[in-house]
Amino acid sequence: MRPDPIQRIDTAFFWEACERGEFVAQKCEPCNKLWHPPRPMCPDCHSLEKSHAKLSGKGTVMSWVRQVRPASFGFKESPFVILVELEEGLRFVSNFESEDAPEIGMAVQVDFAKTSGGKAVPVFKKASSV
Amino acid sequence: MSSASQQACIVGIGQTEFSKASGRSEQQLAAEAVLLACQDAGIDPKSIDGMITYALDHSDEVDIMRSLGCEEIKYTTRLPQGGAASVSTIVHAKNAVESGICDTFLIFRAMNERSQYRFGQPHFNLSPDAHSSTFMEWCFPFGAQTPAAWEALSCGPYLHKYGITSEDLGRIAVTFRKAAASNPAAWFYEKPITLDDHQNSRWIVEPTLRLLDCCQESDGGVALIITRADKAKDLKQMPVRILGAEYSMFFNHEIISDFYAGDLIRTENSESVADRLEAVAGIAPKDTNVAMIYDNFTPQILRQLEGFKYCGIGEAKDYVKDGHLELDGKTPLSPNGGLMGEGYIHGMNNITEGVRQIRGTAANQINNAQTAFLASGVAGAIIGK
Repeated sequence: MRPDPIQRIDTAFFWEACERGEFVAQKCEPCNKLWHPPRPMCPDCHSLEKSHAKLSGKGTVMSWVRQVRPASFGFKESPFVILVELEEGLRFVSNFESEDAPEIGMAVQVDFAKTSGGKAVPVFKKASSV
Repeated sequence: MSSASQQACIVGIGQTEFSKASGRSEQQLAAEAVLLACQDAGIDPKSIDGMITYALDHSDEVDIMRSLGCEEIKYTTRLPQGGAASVSTIVHAKNAVESGICDTFLIFRAMNERSQYRFGQPHFNLSPDAHSSTFMEWCFPFGAQTPAAWEALSCGPYLHKYGITSEDLGRIAVTFRKAAASNPAAWFYEKPITLDDHQNSRWIVEPTLRLLDCCQESDGGVALIITRADKAKDLKQMPVRILGAEYSMFFNHEIISDFYAGDLIRTENSESVADRLEAVAGIAPKDTNVAMIYDNFTPQILRQLEGFKYCGIGEAKDYVKDGHLELDGKTPLSPNGGLMGEGYIHGMNNITEGVRQIRGTAANQINNAQTAFLASGVAGAIIGK
């Protein structure tokens, strides 16, 4: 299991999307730019008018670690933590779901994992080579 | 030589012992360190008229005033960014006294980060909206819950690109512990380590940080008193001049959780600070006699050596290997043993060591140290005679 996400006013849309099985990013309505982490205002055009856009869920591993001591709180076993560079140019901290460690540069694809309180968070798997 | 913008001087330093169980409150540690700094300077604590610390310090200014009897404070601010703010305090202290707002400025830091809480462990009671902790929302549910985990994830691309090995990092830890071994104030006094010790130490965060790549959790307090040259000349100590102090934070960057901008190879904020410091101080960080560089974790030393332009990008591991950071090297690193060897008072004990080096009173004194560089990633300062 894993801990529930922490939610704030400006970020609730992201976690709610996860519960629907959607991996999204904040989108500025007037200028269409995507942002992560979410923020109250678009730093380019300063609009407060925002929605969210569904992401492809494809990316590459930029970095990975595994927290050994102390072990990751709320997990049966410390997961592989990855920093993913998403196809859309955003970056996202997540997990690599596998027995084996990921490699930097590896292509990954989003999936979802349940949390202890019945919520969901995006995690990644090795992209299937098609 | 001194200009209107080079009037600030560090005139007093104070520190408690560094331990794993201070046996007293953080407020008391702060008060003791402040009193020692005032006695060192030869000033009455009641005359302190400005004071700062930074995020994650539990002692409020009101309480510091209560213990020290400070009559009126005219300037205070609480800096963001945790330990990265340790050298940022110098920027503020300099501005406060050179602008004339304050005459007697205090910087303080006191923490029971080992005995009262475990600073390096996950903290569940932090509000995600709390000062300097909004990033937790994007790390905690994925099991990246400690400073060591965030640091290692942020440094990954750099370490990978330049093929930096655990041994490369180990050499840095060995350097710190060698210096600490001959500093009686260091927690690891008379306890040097070998590269084998480092290689045999347990993993804290795979595949990057072993136990001996990490700073300590320490209890202790540190304080500094800053004033202007016109006031400093009547005080007890030789004034240590602040020749330059600069700060830089770029868009979309974070501190230890710096994931979202840049290539994670270069550290543009350090580069910006290095350039501006050289312009205002008339000397580059690499040409100073002592390098007090913030060492929360060993990879930070490599990235800051490059960011502050001691060497080119990707060259820091060889810079370390070539012995330049040794006490008798070209640019000796933290002769107190740094935060890994001496104690981790969130960076501030490296600043008091820089002052001792310029005064000529350090345990591991660098011969004829005229200038020292103080660095904490986003901030840098050059101090000197």
